Amino acid sequence: MQEKLVVPPGSETEKQSRNEPEVYAIQAENLVRRFGDVEALSHVSVSIRKGEFFSLLGPSGCGKTTLLRIIAGLDHCDEGILKIAGRDATQIPAHKRPVNTVFQSYALFPHLSVRDNVAFGLRMKKVAIEEITKRVERIMALVEITAFAERRPGQLSGGQKQRVALARALVNEPEVLLLDEPLGALDLKLRKQLQVELSQLQRRLGITFIFVTHDQEEALVMSDRIAVMNAGKIEQLDGVEDLYERPRTRFVAQFLGSCNLVEGVVREVTGAVASVQTTMGDLRVEIGDATRKVCVGEKITLAIRPEKMHFNSKVAENQVKAVVRDSIYSGAETQYRLEAGERMLNACALNSRVGSQGLNVGETVLVHLPADALIILND
Amino acid sequence: MSLNFIAALLYLFLYAPLAVVIVYSFNAARFGAGWSGFTTKWYGALWENSLALSATKNTLLLAVSSTAIATVLGTMLGYGMNRFRFPGKALFGWFLYVPVFIPDIVMAVAMLLFYSLLRKWCSLFELGLTTMILAHVTFQIPFVAIVVRSRLVGLDPALEEAAGDLGANEWQTFRHVTLPLILPGIVAGGMLAFTLSLDDFVVSFFTSGPGATTLPILIYSSVKRGITPDINALSTLIVLASIAGTVVVTLLQRTKKV
Repeated sequence: MQEKLVVPPGSETEKQSRNEPEVYAIQAENLVRRFGDVEALSHVSVSIRKGEFFSLLGPSGCGKTTLLRIIAGLDHCDEGILKIAGRDATQIPAHKRPVNTVFQSYALFPHLSVRDNVAFGLRMKKVAIEEITKRVERIMALVEITAFAERRPGQLSGGQKQRVALARALVNEPEVLLLDEPLGALDLKLRKQLQVELSQLQRRLGITFIFVTHDQEEALVMSDRIAVMNAGKIEQLDGVEDLYERPRTRFVAQFLGSCNLVEGVVREVTGAVASVQTTMGDLRVEIGDATRKVCVGEKITLAIRPEKMHFNSKVAENQVKAVVRDSIYSGAETQYRLEAGERMLNACALNSRVGSQGLNVGETVLVHLPADALIILND
Repeated sequence: MSLNFIAALLYLFLYAPLAVVIVYSFNAARFGAGWSGFTTKWYGALWENSLALSATKNTLLLAVSSTAIATVLGTMLGYGMNRFRFPGKALFGWFLYVPVFIPDIVMAVAMLLFYSLLRKWCSLFELGLTTMILAHVTFQIPFVAIVVRSRLVGLDPALEEAAGDLGANEWQTFRHVTLPLILPGIVAGGMLAFTLSLDDFVVSFFTSGPGATTLPILIYSSVKRGITPDINALSTLIVLASIAGTVVVTLLQRTKKV
């Protein structure tokens, strides 16, 4: 029962079963991987639930691909334990693991037709021929590659190769599908289309997907949860909304979307509200994260998203006087560079009215920084 | 214009001697350069010539068996050199090239000496077809290994990883992915080894024994007694066989690509 159950993150079932090992497709504990003196992974622990679309997001060299390769068995870890579907897989070689990979370069076998590429895994496992034919045809129909089943990879376009690579992995019905920046080589339009198709496919099949990408927008669009990685560590692991709305570190705040950072000193804490002294004046801040302890006199960094600021609203608190220095009109929204005191703020506003929009360069405005939109970072 | 002229000259120097041999193989005159009429009798005479027939048989036997052995060993060596790390690998890689650029005559003398030493303990090294095959395998291996290794270098490592990821063990990966992909390299290496063996004179001459005459040795010893029309006929047949071989290989490669 549990095997095929797709548990939506955050649901009651999911919360109840959080501590049972069966709900995890992957459990990594304290994984360390060194290349010479460099720690590509330093003590990474992560649990990935069955049936979720999980993304590893980070800049190149952050260790996301190394983690993926260790899960696939294509690389080993120097320390730590890796469990796949509850079983210790640390010593299991790649070809015996119940995981399959979609490679960044697709790595389709150039000497085999599309059909033979898809059938490869089942043939290696000596599955009965009728069974192979049945499963190969089914998966080829699912990802719509039947029309060119007899072609060689060399005769396919990038998008077609992508589908073949996906079919070749999925036909083995893996516990976990690993995807290593599979959309990186495609043009923007195709990428957007495949993002949607991939997440629909994942929901339909209920197979755990682990998706490696450096594209934050891609990760947000597709994932249930995202682990943001930096310098061999997981900076933050959360559902997409939490991750965007409540980044915990400077890195996450700036890597995922854009953020204005404001330094300040805590002057007063009353309940869940802190008063923070900044160069733009005192700001009232709601302490959103209950685990974050804030002390009076502490130097902290606040983050606020450009779209969370409002102009000339009739609110008494957290109003900052600023001069519009630059505006960039981009259709649906306009981005502003504001000068507030000695520092610059990025703001943006949706162009929801008809006709001329918003603010003019040189104009002085009152910017409202809502207390609940100001986030206290951990570093 | 002048480039065309140079090209023409180049082809003339390349093919004129061959043309002369072919033309003179049909010359009725027994001796000398004079033309005394068209004949095909030298080809008939060749068929009667038991020495030429046995030399042909020896040459082919030598080339086929040495190529088969050298292709297998050379492929394994090329694969090992590409895949494994071992102490002294760089030096070993350099040694691989030694037989390629060392003069044939030095190789030949070295092997003659080596085999005569070994003969004291083992009768297998009596000069004859066995020692010739051994000697040919020795100089063929590096050529095969170098060609195969360069093919492996150009192979995307993700392909073998993908095979493993899809459940293929090491042998299955080699059998179903690596081998088919490096096969053109193996075939090319084998062809190279085969032609090297076929036209080798120096090494064969030094390592051959009684009754193990090959075509190049036969031609050489006949020529010492003056160039005779039947040698011309023999040479013509060899040229034709070479051309046929080249055409077959080219056709094979062409059908492979489509």
